[in-house]
Amino acid sequence: MLRDMMANFELYQPTAIDHALNLMNRYGDGGWVLAGGQDSFDWFKDRAKKPGAVIDINGIDDLHGIRETADGIEIGALTTLTEIETSALIKEKYGVLADAARHVASPQIRNVGTIGGNVCQDTRCWYYRYGLDCYRAGGNTCYADTPEGIDREHCLFGADRCIAVSPSDTAPALVALDARMVVVNGDGEKEVQAEDFFIGPDVDIMRMTILQPGDLLKSIVIPNTWAGARFYFEKVAERNTWDFALVNIAAAMKVDNNAIADIRMACGGVACVPLRLTVVEEVVKGSPQNGASADLAASAASRGATPLNYNGFKIPLMESLVKRAIRES
Amino acid sequence: MNTNFSREVVLSDDEAMGRAGMSRRDFIKGIIATGASISAMGYVFGGCAGDMSSAPGAVERLISLNVNGRVRRVDVLPQETLAMTLRYKLGLTGTKLGCDRGECGACTVLVDDVAMYSCSTLTHRVRGRSVVTVEGLEGEDGDLHPVQRAFIEELGPQCGFCTPGQVMSAVALLNINPSPTREEARVAMSGTLCRCGAYDNYLNSVMRAAKEAS
Repeated sequence: MLRDMMANFELYQPTAIDHALNLMNRYGDGGWVLAGGQDSFDWFKDRAKKPGAVIDINGIDDLHGIRETADGIEIGALTTLTEIETSALIKEKYGVLADAARHVASPQIRNVGTIGGNVCQDTRCWYYRYGLDCYRAGGNTCYADTPEGIDREHCLFGADRCIAVSPSDTAPALVALDARMVVVNGDGEKEVQAEDFFIGPDVDIMRMTILQPGDLLKSIVIPNTWAGARFYFEKVAERNTWDFALVNIAAAMKVDNNAIADIRMACGGVACVPLRLTVVEEVVKGSPQNGASADLAASAASRGATPLNYNGFKIPLMESLVKRAIRES
Repeated sequence: MNTNFSREVVLSDDEAMGRAGMSRRDFIKGIIATGASISAMGYVFGGCAGDMSSAPGAVERLISLNVNGRVRRVDVLPQETLAMTLRYKLGLTGTKLGCDRGECGACTVLVDDVAMYSCSTLTHRVRGRSVVTVEGLEGEDGDLHPVQRAFIEELGPQCGFCTPGQVMSAVALLNINPSPTREEARVAMSGTLCRCGAYDNYLNSVMRAAKEAS
């Protein structure tokens, strides 16, 4: 396998959304939308993906920046993770997102990597990334889910032929904040709940989001429902820098008289999507914010988990993170 | 006579270069510069015009780059990374390629004062922006940058391969935060691996550079 230079492609650098959409329509499956590129270049260098045309959208000003709106904020898809991490507005009102952005990869990657790219990046399953012809790549087998497969970083929930997990740190935070994704294509614009934006292998095994060829993630809208709420974010990875989460958790909580009035919680690294923990939410709503509620929440969180050969450790790990999120939000 | 002849033949590259008054580094850079001018000539005289004609609206290959304060014309492939252009077209071999995957940080450069991995940046992305590599840090009189001086004084590097990346990370940090805490410096430097494990020496260097600049 060649691993040095990327294969040839045509490079386009449109400066308007319409222009980008035209190019995406023209190239269809053979086109690749490039944001920060921090995920894309690995695919190209390993020659596991060989697009005929790369559409670098970074020059489109409309896709950059954080704006305050009447009922929350709108974050352009090309806003860098560093910009999110250091934004006074996000730190003040939606701290869980700033915290999640701060935990992504390394400073240099956060300087270039975008929020849109972070939520749209492909899974890290090493068999798939190596370029093997697994289910996700259009083949008819899974190399991870075999007696010899090294599946310690794979899923606990929602396995369906593929056992890959969602790698994003910001995605659970966006689900916890009840964000909406603004998707634009040739037919116009639509908004999708963050929770519905991510899809598992049961819906489509070759995609991790609802984006089809021709669709562009334009921005992310965060309603002010959870502005200034109590937040919790934690990521457990083997290295503090660069590494992807084994498990991460994001929670938003409103507390009234020491009772949990309302809560949203999502967990990454345990399913193909950032997993919203609705059972936990239902269990602790109305309960006091204390250790007993946390214990109850933890056992509810892992109910239904199906460990693989090497990832059983993720069950107590997930339970611990849920406990801490309830106690320390 | 026969002996003399054999001796002449087995002259090593080092000896040959030494006789010509060149260092190995100058020799390699000379080769790179020659290669770059030949490929540019090919463009000017239409030598590879067939390959150049890209689809309408796609990027032009012959572009101007602002590197270390100088504007340089260079022939850049659409898929070329900044690290490749700097090292193999412009002869700026101070920028190192370690992993070529954005996982080690040896290739860190500044683009408009922001630290990024040049192995994971398309050169076409930095058109019209200001690129600074480790070669661009010294003053006009040839004096080293305060960060470079601090790295020497604190014996920051061990083997030295990651040092250009460490220096650029430190310069980027001190540009936006001239007096960081040790913890802030640790986070800012975390995107550059040191396989010798000289992290503490590097941190000492950054703290010294910050102190001496204040």
